[in-house]
Amino acid sequence: MSVKKKFKGLSDKAVGWLFIGPTVLLLLAINIYPLVYAIKMSFTNFYANKIGREPQFVGLKNYIKVLNKEAIWEKMQVTASFMFWTLLLQAIIGLGLALLLNRKFKGNELLTTLIVLPMMLSPAVVGVFWTYLYNPQVGLFNYVVNFFYDLGSFDMIGSSTLAPWAIVIVDTWMWTPFTMLICLAGLRSVPNYLYEAAEVDRASKWQQFIYITLPSVLPFLLLALLFRGIENFKMFDMVVELTSGGPGSATELASINLKREAFEKWKTGYSSAFAVILFVTIFGFGNVYVKVMNKIKER
Amino acid sequence: MDTSRSYLEPSSFSKKMAAAIIIVYAVITLIPISWMVMTSFKNVDSAISYPPEVLFEPSLEGYVNLFTNRSRQSQEYLDSLPPPENWYEELVRSREMVITGPSKFLGRYSNSMIIGFGSTFASVFLGALAAYAFSRFRVPLKDDLLFFILSTRMFPPIAVAVPIFIMYRKLGLGDTHLGMIILYTVVNLSLAVWLLKGFMDEIPKEYEEAAMIDGYSRLQAFFKVVLPQAMTGIAATAIFCMIFSWNEYAFAVLLTQFNAQTAPPFIPTIIGEGGLDWPAIGAGTTLFLLPVMIFTIILRKHLLRGITFGAVRK
Repeated sequence: MSVKKKFKGLSDKAVGWLFIGPTVLLLLAINIYPLVYAIKMSFTNFYANKIGREPQFVGLKNYIKVLNKEAIWEKMQVTASFMFWTLLLQAIIGLGLALLLNRKFKGNELLTTLIVLPMMLSPAVVGVFWTYLYNPQVGLFNYVVNFFYDLGSFDMIGSSTLAPWAIVIVDTWMWTPFTMLICLAGLRSVPNYLYEAAEVDRASKWQQFIYITLPSVLPFLLLALLFRGIENFKMFDMVVELTSGGPGSATELASINLKREAFEKWKTGYSSAFAVILFVTIFGFGNVYVKVMNKIKER
Repeated sequence: MDTSRSYLEPSSFSKKMAAAIIIVYAVITLIPISWMVMTSFKNVDSAISYPPEVLFEPSLEGYVNLFTNRSRQSQEYLDSLPPPENWYEELVRSREMVITGPSKFLGRYSNSMIIGFGSTFASVFLGALAAYAFSRFRVPLKDDLLFFILSTRMFPPIAVAVPIFIMYRKLGLGDTHLGMIILYTVVNLSLAVWLLKGFMDEIPKEYEEAAMIDGYSRLQAFFKVVLPQAMTGIAATAIFCMIFSWNEYAFAVLLTQFNAQTAPPFIPTIIGEGGLDWPAIGAGTTLFLLPVMIFTIILRKHLLRGITFGAVRK
């Protein structure tokens, strides 16, 4: 302590609290308080559009209602299959692109920057302009597909079998660069001497890939998928603008359904219970995933 | 053995193959974006022609429609008007319409600017303070606090939107610039703290210690020594925060309507006669995406760090 006293001004401890305080307070006010409030509301029959009415405590009724509603399980299934296909495609294509980019040919930095562009764009605006590309009468996407394989007229957004693929394609287009960038970092972190040793031991290129490259890049790939998984579980903006959950409820992801219950039907108590369930799900899965990821890293 | 080249270096043939595949991918992935930019320079008819027109006569109709409100008039009425004063009036008249006033686009765009810059400044400023403290001081429960800050990013925005909506209504912050600035500041804080902590960890402690021995207080050392050193990191972080606020949609669509609405919820509502006005949407999209593309090019060295909250640095 006496060492620090020789400097003038506030003590380090005071500066520390002064610096961290505002951030923590803001997060408590705008993030934690609303969350606690949501948990509280989830036990009531509150309707946010009926201001005068006093909400009543209903216990676990909202939770039971959510979990017993068949439609909710349908939304969860839509969300799960959206996540499965987007993560799978982004893992494969992203890793593939990273392996190619890792060959360090001329101009690869410029190409990386160009490839990354889609993921920096506004998802809602991306959703809007893909409705134009998918337009069954004038869309470029439909034209290109018909150019290579004559399907005749088809409607990516209007058909309930195609619409889930429409959102998978756009999400993959937008976010593959994300896995690519992170995998690329993984590839570049592999020390050269490992390959040198393998060459000396006459390991084939394929063996080098399986025993050196893949294990080193795997933790990075898993990290990328964790980020994407959380984001796609919350997915809202792009899909709302692209299909608005339709046709029917073919692409109605959990958070789109949540928005409908909360901001169109104003069932605040019920939707809060649903929100809490979603939050617990994402947190639970996230935690398990991180544990598995760390196990793999340790190996 | 050929010693001029390490056997680890890929052969020039495999490099060429890799380059070819990557170029094809880059071209395909850029088609949707280029198509939108091209559409913004089409006229309304050419935007809905089939097969899609790759070569077309450029027109500024999309941009004129984006910035104006128009109404259809009879030919007699148009004939009775004095001749058009400028090129855009002429263009609108040729469609048998007259300009009735400016559209809301400029207002929405400037809302995006105000809210974007305001929240970026606030989150980078607060984030830099917190990051410095986490980087240099022994803070009780440091790891828990840092994880708590990160975990706020996992909330689905819709889950907290209702309480925020109610809270903002009570406080009079609903549909205001200030309300949105506060909200985006909070959402961005987690990113700002994590990224900036990484950047500050890289600045040697000795710099500010030397300054403090020379008689600076801790605060002076922070503002006069550490902040200037961290400028690159701060700039990169600021651009990331700006891009987030710029692109954000869920809160904007739920919490704003007239006064503080930003561009993302507005662009999809640009409607012409008989459906969406594609050249105008293309124009709005182009103007909206342009800053982000420029930012991305500036950021390219820090992209990886930004998108992983500093988890991957190389």
